[in-house]
Amino acid sequence: METKSLSGAEVLIECLKEQNVEYIWGIPGGVTIPIYDALVDSGIKLILVRHEQGAMHAAEGYARATGRPGVVCVTSGPGATNTVTGLLNAYMDSAPVIVITGQTVTSMLGKDAFQEGDIFGMTLPVVKHSYLVKDANDLPRVMKEAFYIAQTGRPGPVHIDIPKDVATSPCTVPLNAEMDLPGYKPRDLEDFDREEVERIAGALRRSKRPVLYVGHGAVISNACSELMKLATTLHAPVVNTLLGKGAFPEDHELSLGMFGMHGTVYANKAVSECDLIFSIGGRWDDRITGKLSEFCVDAVKIHIDIDPAEINKIIRPDYYVIGDAKHVLRELNKHISRLDTDDWWRKIEKWRNKFPLKCSKKGGLKVPYIVDTLYRLTKGEAIIVTDVGQHQMWTAQFYKVHKNRSWISSGGAGTMGFGFPAALGAQFGRPNELVVAIVGDGGFQMTMSELATMMNNNLPVKIIVMENRYLGMVRQWQELFFDNRLSGVDLTGNPNFALIAKAYGCKSFRIRRNADVERTLKEAIEYKGPCLIWAELIKEDNVFPMVPAGAPLSKMIISPPKSAPTEIAAKPAKRRRKPRSEEK
Amino acid sequence: MNAKKNGNKELPKHTISIYVANKPGVLMRVAQVFARRGFNIDSLVVSESQDSRFSRMTIVSTGDAETLEQIIKQVSKLVDVLHAKDHSGEDVIEREYALFKVETPTEKRTEVLQIVEHFKGQTLDFGEDYLLIGISGATEKIDASFELFKKYGILEVVRSGKMLMARGREET
Repeated sequence: METKSLSGAEVLIECLKEQNVEYIWGIPGGVTIPIYDALVDSGIKLILVRHEQGAMHAAEGYARATGRPGVVCVTSGPGATNTVTGLLNAYMDSAPVIVITGQTVTSMLGKDAFQEGDIFGMTLPVVKHSYLVKDANDLPRVMKEAFYIAQTGRPGPVHIDIPKDVATSPCTVPLNAEMDLPGYKPRDLEDFDREEVERIAGALRRSKRPVLYVGHGAVISNACSELMKLATTLHAPVVNTLLGKGAFPEDHELSLGMFGMHGTVYANKAVSECDLIFSIGGRWDDRITGKLSEFCVDAVKIHIDIDPAEINKIIRPDYYVIGDAKHVLRELNKHISRLDTDDWWRKIEKWRNKFPLKCSKKGGLKVPYIVDTLYRLTKGEAIIVTDVGQHQMWTAQFYKVHKNRSWISSGGAGTMGFGFPAALGAQFGRPNELVVAIVGDGGFQMTMSELATMMNNNLPVKIIVMENRYLGMVRQWQELFFDNRLSGVDLTGNPNFALIAKAYGCKSFRIRRNADVERTLKEAIEYKGPCLIWAELIKEDNVFPMVPAGAPLSKMIISPPKSAPTEIAAKPAKRRRKPRSEEK
Repeated sequence: MNAKKNGNKELPKHTISIYVANKPGVLMRVAQVFARRGFNIDSLVVSESQDSRFSRMTIVSTGDAETLEQIIKQVSKLVDVLHAKDHSGEDVIEREYALFKVETPTEKRTEVLQIVEHFKGQTLDFGEDYLLIGISGATEKIDASFELFKKYGILEVVRSGKMLMARGREET
């Protein structure tokens, strides 16, 4: 028996190669030097970022664009704590990300050693699972388990903390270790309650006004063709969540687009008046249900989810199946036929005609027109990555996503700063496709140091910076619900984004008028390399339709109110109205 | 008896048995699921099971049934958890052990010893003015002895927390 004795770090890298890892995002530090050393001749490409948060979002962008786990390797202490935001994001949005952190030597654990931080303890609530490896001989098993856990069932981030001495000490066990996971048994994809599926088919047959509600689970399980068959066979309307975009083509006549807080009027009206709502991998998030006690009160509720803990968490479904959306729908499709939804569609078409999404050039340069133009120019085929805020909602409304895994946005966590590094990760994963990062001026400034990463790797990402010099979504809420008393939202002091780009050697374009939009976007898209498009917007514009937080979907504000809609708003105490000094 | 007043609502007590992999951090993971949803853990017993790779936890917690259902599902989802069960209302064997140090002046000693005998307890340490008593039994029995000893003055009490085992061949 001959086992070549590798160090823990070398074994770690061998295990990553075994998993076909192409890239690692990270920044080294004292305790990860052995791991970074083992990376040198490994063939795995190390992407040096400028901040660990950037590494996390890039890895998640890669994971969501490809379906393969993204891997991050950072040092102990502050290097590790900088991954926490990214872990929360990946956890909330069910993304397979593997985070390897260095740790102080085992003999110093708990003794406040230099750059020691209890990252294992700190990250417990935001990981699917985690390890503190205390013996190099555990590494082959731990690595195998980590990749398995991250990708199976409901995907999620897995964290592995490796003390420096574990990375340097020899590993004497074979690399093909057995997993030891007695408490983790993701179901076989074909293992679900088929009788319940038949009952769901029965409920669908009885429905006159069904709505198919598509969530992120449908995207993750790639249930696209099954979903298409389901919707077209039933002839039922399809609505999607923010993260469900792409599983069903939004330009399809059966698609009503996004529903929820900033969904289309016709999607929200359909959900409000349906007699059956069928969640396919959606978790009934508060941003889409509105006031829960008034959500689809009389409708039959159906829920398919791979995570048993999602069943009965928010609503009590009349029927549910725990399973993978693709496989469950494939079975369901055997039992369905066309429904008589003609009356239902007449109603929906009336709403669709009466309340279309409006994108006008009136009143200056605004996000909807830019996004709508981008949609036309790219024919809905680009990979769109957004940050968080107003621009995100407008992009969700106006960029109809045609293909699966071509929409990446921070949903559950709402992480500002996510968009740009996530777009870099998506471009790494799909190098031959057009990736557009649509970001606000607030969020972009949180992670724009990754411009260096983009330039070093010559990633041809197109960044559109939507600059309104406000933290716009908060400003919108303050205007609508806090008597326009603006607090902490003024971004006066923004840099000149063209000069920022130039400083990194990045090409830039500038859009200042509606007349510039089409020509400039076209030029930027045709440009071969990375570029930044700086769009100087009018300062004040609001996202509508809008369902105020805590209101039912039926109480949505359809268009800009003449005065503050106090009857709908969660009313703050009467306040003095302050003159809008920031306004020009 | 099996409920705690919370405002106007009677919140039920639950006894949950959790079978886990015997690994560092597993207790934190389980405890976090409770804490995040504002559930206080009334008592917690953890020990190695018949197989040293696994541990058994018995947790008593108070709260509404719906949140508890969610807690059990979230606990079951943890990678290190093999299974979690709510045994509330089931016919199971429940036991608790308690140590009492009771103020016992010489003239009260006979009375106190009678109580110990009634509850089939043991006198573990005997001082001039105190007795150290061990009593085992169902939680209700421990509660009852606690009430009786109060009259004499309890210097200290240590309770093990509730343990539970399913009857017959059923898995706990």
